[in-house]
Amino acid sequence: MSVAIVDYGSGNLNSAAKAFERAAREAGATGPITVTSDPDLVRRADRIVLPGVGAFADCRRGLDAVAGMTDAIREGAIDRGRPFLGICVGMQLMATRGLEHETTAGFDWIRGDVRAVQPSDPSLKIPHMGWNTLHPQQDHALLDGLELGPDGQHAYFVHSYALQAEDMDDVVACASYGGAVTALVARDNLAGTQFHPEKSQALGLRLITNFLHWSP
Amino acid sequence: MLKVRIIPCLDVKDGRVVKGVKFLDLRDAGDPVEAARAYDAAGADELCFLDITASHEDRGILLDVVSRTAAECFMPLTVGGGVRSVADIRRLLLAGADKVSINTAAVNDRGFVREAAAKFGDQCIVVAIDAKRVSGEGEPDRWEIFTHGGRKPTGLDAIAFAREVVSLGAGELLVTSMDRDGTRSGYDLALVRAISDAVPVPVVASGGVGNLDDLVAGVREGRASAVLAASIFHFGEHTIGAAKRHMAAAGIPVRITP
Repeated sequence: MSVAIVDYGSGNLNSAAKAFERAAREAGATGPITVTSDPDLVRRADRIVLPGVGAFADCRRGLDAVAGMTDAIREGAIDRGRPFLGICVGMQLMATRGLEHETTAGFDWIRGDVRAVQPSDPSLKIPHMGWNTLHPQQDHALLDGLELGPDGQHAYFVHSYALQAEDMDDVVACASYGGAVTALVARDNLAGTQFHPEKSQALGLRLITNFLHWSP
Repeated sequence: MLKVRIIPCLDVKDGRVVKGVKFLDLRDAGDPVEAARAYDAAGADELCFLDITASHEDRGILLDVVSRTAAECFMPLTVGGGVRSVADIRRLLLAGADKVSINTAAVNDRGFVREAAAKFGDQCIVVAIDAKRVSGEGEPDRWEIFTHGGRKPTGLDAIAFAREVVSLGAGELLVTSMDRDGTRSGYDLALVRAISDAVPVPVVASGGVGNLDDLVAGVREGRASAVLAASIFHFGEHTIGAAKRHMAAAGIPVRITP
């Protein structure tokens, strides 16, 4: 099974690659895990991973600056139906629009906007930074074996904007931070995490393993 | 619920941990990667490497340390010390740092904070604030920014500086009291609280931890989002787990790992 981690100049992909390699070893999955900016490799991959850090508009511009990449992701994930995982801003790009600094179009796979996190308690700090628990909204293969709820395992978040989905059927899990913050979305073969599985120790490695096993 | 982070900080010089980490039966107490692995296993919420290498030429060694750590420890990593340019930040992030801490360069050129945050995102730009109390007895509290390990005054008011760098895009502040650093007499809680109350971003308390109650006070009285300590962990007086249990017993939400 080949996994393409899309490289478009957004942040460090080394730790994502290492986490996928570790999870693949533990899952007994074989096949290359490649950090790549080659649209052909992305188009042909069995699994597509889109990371992203920084601002929504910068990430979108960075992705569009790689000739053919946005099309390749769409062909792989939509036309060929390959499992897709967006991470952090990579997940936010699945939304209809991003409203960080300026209005920017997303892929419109998960209907909704990416808006500033505004906790009901004004003393809560922004960014939402650190370890938080996950609250499941529905069953999903990516949650297999994870300990969820207030006494469960933690995921590492660092973000100031969050996806507000129009259709709650797309929301698999939330975190609580002065209100519900979308943590995991999924629709068909498309999934995205606001948190960083590659930085979330046991929970993160298990989620990546689940993604590698996922047959939507 | 979001948990308060406990962050062990390792001073690294020429690729070695300064003074070493004397616990957990490390084969090589001076190897930062081995120490990082041990803290990862012990449930640290984040790691901080502070590079105190004197010469710029030796920075490649640090990049190697960061890269080897990131390959094994799937937890957030902040790296600081001698970060002066966008190219420095890029190299650290590509090596595997999640956040980069800027100190003197932010004091010398506030535009650098803006440039760095615009380029890499607020979330990965930490500004390290080294402050000393300069108000006299009976005067209102006032702290000044110092550089060069607390030797060089800058004339900058710490609270005003904190507000300014956050407005320019710093996503987190690492606040170290140069009066308390190394004294084991506890954080300067008034300083931590004054800055935490002045800015919307998370504040990490640093400098002066002598016991586990100091960590509790940093959160409760200092209103810090995270507490950083070095020697109490490195020399095995307290484990990360014991620190977390102590904080949990005091009613502070922490991430307890099995």
